[in-house]
Amino acid sequence: MPERSTITIHVNGHTVVVPAGSVVSAALLAVGEPCRMSVSGEPRTAFCGMGICFECRAVIDGVAHQRTCQMLCHEGMSVETQR
Amino acid sequence: MMRRTDVLVIGAGPAGIAAATAAAKNGCSTIVLDDNVAAGGQIWRGGIDSARTKEDPAKTKAIAALRSSGAEILAGRQVVDQPAPGVLRAVITMADGTRAESFAWDRLILATGARERFLPFPGWTLPGVFGAGGLQALVKGGFYVEGKRVVVAGSGPLLLAVAAHLQEYGAKVVAIAEQAPLRQLLPFAASLLGSSLGKLLQGARYRASLARTPYRMGCWPVAVEGEESVRGVRLTNGRRVWSEPCDLLACGFHLVPNTELAELLGCKLRGDFVEVNVRQQTSVANVFCAGEPTGIAGLEAALIQGEIAGLSAAGAAREASELYGRRSREQAFARRLEAAFRLRPELRSLAVPDTIVCRCEDVPFSQLQEHISWTDAKLQTRCGMGPCQGRICGSAVQTLFNWRATSVRPPLFPVPLEVFDSEEISISPETIVH
Repeated sequence: MPERSTITIHVNGHTVVVPAGSVVSAALLAVGEPCRMSVSGEPRTAFCGMGICFECRAVIDGVAHQRTCQMLCHEGMSVETQR
Repeated sequence: MMRRTDVLVIGAGPAGIAAATAAAKNGCSTIVLDDNVAAGGQIWRGGIDSARTKEDPAKTKAIAALRSSGAEILAGRQVVDQPAPGVLRAVITMADGTRAESFAWDRLILATGARERFLPFPGWTLPGVFGAGGLQALVKGGFYVEGKRVVVAGSGPLLLAVAAHLQEYGAKVVAIAEQAPLRQLLPFAASLLGSSLGKLLQGARYRASLARTPYRMGCWPVAVEGEESVRGVRLTNGRRVWSEPCDLLACGFHLVPNTELAELLGCKLRGDFVEVNVRQQTSVANVFCAGEPTGIAGLEAALIQGEIAGLSAAGAAREASELYGRRSREQAFARRLEAAFRLRPELRSLAVPDTIVCRCEDVPFSQLQEHISWTDAKLQTRCGMGPCQGRICGSAVQTLFNWRATSVRPPLFPVPLEVFDSEEISISPETIVH
């Protein structure tokens, strides 16, 4: 497999290294972190993968309600999930 | 910020790409807006691992033609409303927040594509359950599935493509469950022999690459097993129920069109789809529509319809008419597709009383049963009132209860208020009172 560059992001304060070109949802799935807790308290992760269902929303670089499946990771990105 | 263009295209999937290319080549200034990070739509979504994801040569060709046509592609833009006739407003999220951009158009082409139909069954909200196309998109986005056992279930030609793709990425696809029975699928496959051999061969290639995976027809999921995560999925063929151990479930029941923007603009629907004439024009003057919103017909139909829409918008009526014959053949395919993957009635009774139907507001099936319409259910339970605005539960309640959405309201997607800070807008009372 060709060598790929990596990107370092911060998920709830923890450092996570992902391949360049990863969407934020993929990084959250890799670390097993739910994106949000539903209104009745269920953990939820990305579902539709194409920006429709809003299950994958999280706080990105301080901006709330971002759909993480539609967003590429960038170096130093901060991701806060709802816990 | 307001920009003006002769032709504005919404959606950079195959239909939008073909439309924009045709319009720009015929001398129109053309802008394409797309809400994804790159052009290609869902079917041509780019993958992180280029060594594994072989680009469709048709995509490479279409994107190259678009780039040389002079059309401008703006990705990451989500259209949210129509602030004035002939103007659409989009939002874009930047590192420093979200801002709005408005586009004034002379002719508008809607190429907004389709999404998956999801049906609720026990366990479908567990982490580890995804849409079928949904899991494929996430894998292309870097979700690592090597060694994971996956069941691909639901309905539609997408299931085979998804399964083949997941396997390329190292997943172990343990079963493909297609709800349509063999007797419904056979005439479809046979018809491809005569008219669409290419599609049949593509299906056969996918199937061959999955030689060791059972493709079960007339088989559907009844429940996900697992408390915190997926341990397996219970499948049935109507006679018996068995457990298929797996780590992930990829499940989607064919496709439903994205018609919200067309509806907001007042375009007439026929059934679930946007009504268009031979020129791909909608019931609204100077508004055209192409691809899946006009009928689920697949890639080739989207490309031809998009080209016809682009040519029509550019006033090249004669060139457009030369493509009508090819379009008719693809539309015949669409009718056979619909018949082949028609949903079985058993799928309407998979949800049990505590199965969540509306994922945004966690509305269970039992709360919905007592209502007579979606409006009634929305008012009483908040079903369809969350951030997805009913895009997921809407098609579910249509299948379960035959309820239909009654209206579409701006903004089409949730928008932070700050977006409107710098712009003069008026919000009518009915927009804020639900």
